[in-house]
Amino acid sequence: MSGDDTLPADERWAALTRLTPARIALGRAGASLPTREVLRFGLAHAQARDAVHIPFRPDEVAAGLAALSLVSIQVESAAPSRDLYLRRPDLGRRLSPEAQAALATRRDAFDLAFVVADGLSSTAVQQNAVPLIAAMLPFVIQQGLKLAPVVIASQARVALGDEAAEALGARLVAVLIGERPGLSSPDSLGAYLTFAPRRGLSDATRNCVSNIRPGGLSFEHAAFKLAWLAREALRRSLTGVELKDESELALVAGEGASRPSITSE
Amino acid sequence: MTYRVTVGGHVHVFADLKQLMAKATPLRSGDMLAGIAAASMEENMAAKIALADLPLRIFLNEALVPYEEDEVTRLIIDTHDTAAFLPIASLTVGEFRDWLCSEKATREVLAAVAPGVTPEMAAAVSKLMRNQDLILVARKCRVVTRFRDTIGLPGTMAVRLQPNHPTDDAAGILASTIDGLLYGCGDAVIGINPASDSLPVLGDLVRLLDELIHRFDIPTQSCVLTHVTSAIALIGQGAPVDLVFQSVAGTQKANESFGISLSVLQEGLDAGRSLKRGTVGDNVMYFETGQGSALSADAHHGVDQQTLEARAYAVCRPFEPLLVNTVVGFIGPEYLYDGKQIIRAGLEDHFCGKLMGVPLGCDVCYTNHAEADQDDMDTLLTLLGTAGVNFVMGVPGADDVMLNYQSTSFHDQLYVREVLGLRRAPEFEAWLRRMDITDEAGRLSSGRGGQALLAAMQGQAA
Repeated sequence: MSGDDTLPADERWAALTRLTPARIALGRAGASLPTREVLRFGLAHAQARDAVHIPFRPDEVAAGLAALSLVSIQVESAAPSRDLYLRRPDLGRRLSPEAQAALATRRDAFDLAFVVADGLSSTAVQQNAVPLIAAMLPFVIQQGLKLAPVVIASQARVALGDEAAEALGARLVAVLIGERPGLSSPDSLGAYLTFAPRRGLSDATRNCVSNIRPGGLSFEHAAFKLAWLAREALRRSLTGVELKDESELALVAGEGASRPSITSE
Repeated sequence: MTYRVTVGGHVHVFADLKQLMAKATPLRSGDMLAGIAAASMEENMAAKIALADLPLRIFLNEALVPYEEDEVTRLIIDTHDTAAFLPIASLTVGEFRDWLCSEKATREVLAAVAPGVTPEMAAAVSKLMRNQDLILVARKCRVVTRFRDTIGLPGTMAVRLQPNHPTDDAAGILASTIDGLLYGCGDAVIGINPASDSLPVLGDLVRLLDELIHRFDIPTQSCVLTHVTSAIALIGQGAPVDLVFQSVAGTQKANESFGISLSVLQEGLDAGRSLKRGTVGDNVMYFETGQGSALSADAHHGVDQQTLEARAYAVCRPFEPLLVNTVVGFIGPEYLYDGKQIIRAGLEDHFCGKLMGVPLGCDVCYTNHAEADQDDMDTLLTLLGTAGVNFVMGVPGADDVMLNYQSTSFHDQLYVREVLGLRRAPEFEAWLRRMDITDEAGRLSSGRGGQALLAAMQGQAA
C-alpha cells in the first residue's frame, strides 16, 4: 500500500476506474445518475440495439472476401425476418431450401469451410469477419488446407454452419458469428469450430473463441488460437469438450511469428 | 380428463390440466416457441374461465409432470402440508384469488397457509390475477431469512452487490465492490459470477471477499456463484464459503441438465451449514431461477414456463434458502419477448415465491436483443419495490461487463429507496451509519463516508 493518504476522497474514488471496465465512480445527482452518465449509457444501449437490428450487408462482406481472392456464396436461413429470427432460434439454425440446393452444387472434398453468419450483431460481422479471415489465411496456406467457398449467411445461428458445411462436404467448419451484444461490446465476434459437421450436433461438440474485436481479443491472437485448434481438430478428428485450447503453450514454445497482444478497453 | 367451456357461442375444449394451464397463461414467447400457447385471445380467456372453477384440490390429484418420472413432483406431493392447506382446501382457484385479495388473508394467515400451497396452485391463481393483484397479495406475504443480517423485514429491501469482472481480476472486483458499498449496497450478499470454473481461481475469490468482510466487519455474506459441487469441493479444501449457490429449475430433467438433483442440493446445504459461519441465522443457500430454463433444456413436459418456474421454488423451499433470485429477463426474447412480458413475469415469479414462503428477490434485467430498455426496468423495479421484494441486484451502472446484460444499478436502488422509503437490512444499515456512509435517515452522507474503504484500495489503484 504505497498510496497517498492525502488524496481527496473523490480522486481516490475516481482512481478505481483504472482497475475495471465496469461503470464505477459515476457520481450522482441526488440519488440519480448525472446527466452525462444517463447519456453515455443511452448511447451504448443504442449502439447495442443497432448491432442487433441494423440489416446485415452480405454484399460488403463478399467484396471484402473478393479482395482477399476468396470466393463466397450468399445464403439465408429458414427465418424469413429479424422478428421471427429472434422468436424462433430453431429457424435460424436451418438453411432455407434454396440455400441447401445452392450449396449442394458446390460440393467437393474440402478441409475447412468458413461460414460468416450475422448472428445477434451485424455490426460485429460487418467490421470484424473479413479481417479475421485475412489473419487466418497464412495459417490455412501453411497447413495446406483446401478451403471451401466462404458461406455468408443471413438470419443465422451457429448450428446453421453444420448443415452448410455438410452440404459442401467440408471436414471442419469455422462459424464466425456476431455475439449477443453487450453494452460495452456491441461489436464482439465469436468463432465456433466444429469437426465433421452435420445436422443435429450439440454445442458440446464445438470449440469457441469469443470476444474477437479491436477492443478485445485481437484478430492476430484469435487467428492463432483458431489455427491451432483447426490443426489439432483435423489431427485428432474431434472438436468439443475433449479438445482443450492449449494454443498458449504453443505460443510460449515460439510457434507464433510474434507474440500477439490481448488488448483491453 | 378433458375440460370444456362455452364462451361467445364457441365450445373450447382442453385435453388435460396442463393444456388448460398453458392456454390460461398471459401470452409469452416461450410458450409460443413450445407450441402450447393459446391460439387466440378468446381461447386464453376461455381457459381462465374454466380454470377459475376448478377446485384447488385437483392439483393434489392430477400431476402436470408425472409423479413416477419426476422427483420434483414427488417432492411436491409427498411433503404437502395438509394441515396448513386446510383453510383453503374447499376453495376453487377463482375463490382462492378472492380470498387472497380479502382482509381475511392477513400476513399471519398467509404465512401459516404457505406450506399448504403447491407451486401449481400458486401458478394457477396467478393466471387469474392482474398485475395489481400480484402486487397487493405479495406485499402481504413476508419471508424473513438470516445469515449475518436479516433480510425481508417489512419496510426493507436488500441489494445483492454484483461486482463481476470479465477476467475475475481481484483488483477490478474489489474496485466495483467498494463502489457498491459506498452507495450502500451489499446487504443481501456480495456475489460474484466468476468467468472461470477453475477451483483455485474460485477459492481465491472466496478468500478475497472473506478478507474484505472481516477486515471491515461488514454484516453481510459472500457468494461465488459456481456449481454446487464446486462449492462442496471448496468447503472440503477449507475455503471460507458463506453461501452455497445453485441454479435450479422445475423439473427433474431440467435439473439434470444443470448437473444436480435434490440429493446433491442436500449435500450442498449440509456442507454450507457445517461451517457455522452465520452469526444471526443459518440460511446458507442462494438459488437462481428463471422462466424458460426447462424449455431451453428440452425438459418442459408440455407445461407452461410460468408453472414450471413456480415448481422451481418448490425445489428451493426445503433447503431454507437465504435468497432465491428470479433472473427474469436474462434468458432472451425467445422466452420473454419484450418489456411487457418481462414485467409480468417478474411480478408473477415474486408473487408465487412469496405465496409459497420462499424469499424471492429479482434480477430486474434484459438483454440487448429483447424489446426492452431501462424504462421497462424502472417500471418493474418500482412495482417490485411496492410489492415488497426481498432484494434486487446492484450492478455498477446497470451494465454487467462479464455477463453482457443490463440489470439494476447502485443508483437504481437509491432511487427506489427514496421514492418508497425502503430501508436496508437493519444490521447492515447500522454498519453503514458507523462507517459514515449513510445518515440516520439512510441517505448517503455528504462526501466523507467510506474513507477507510477507499484507503484500502489506494495501493491497488496507484
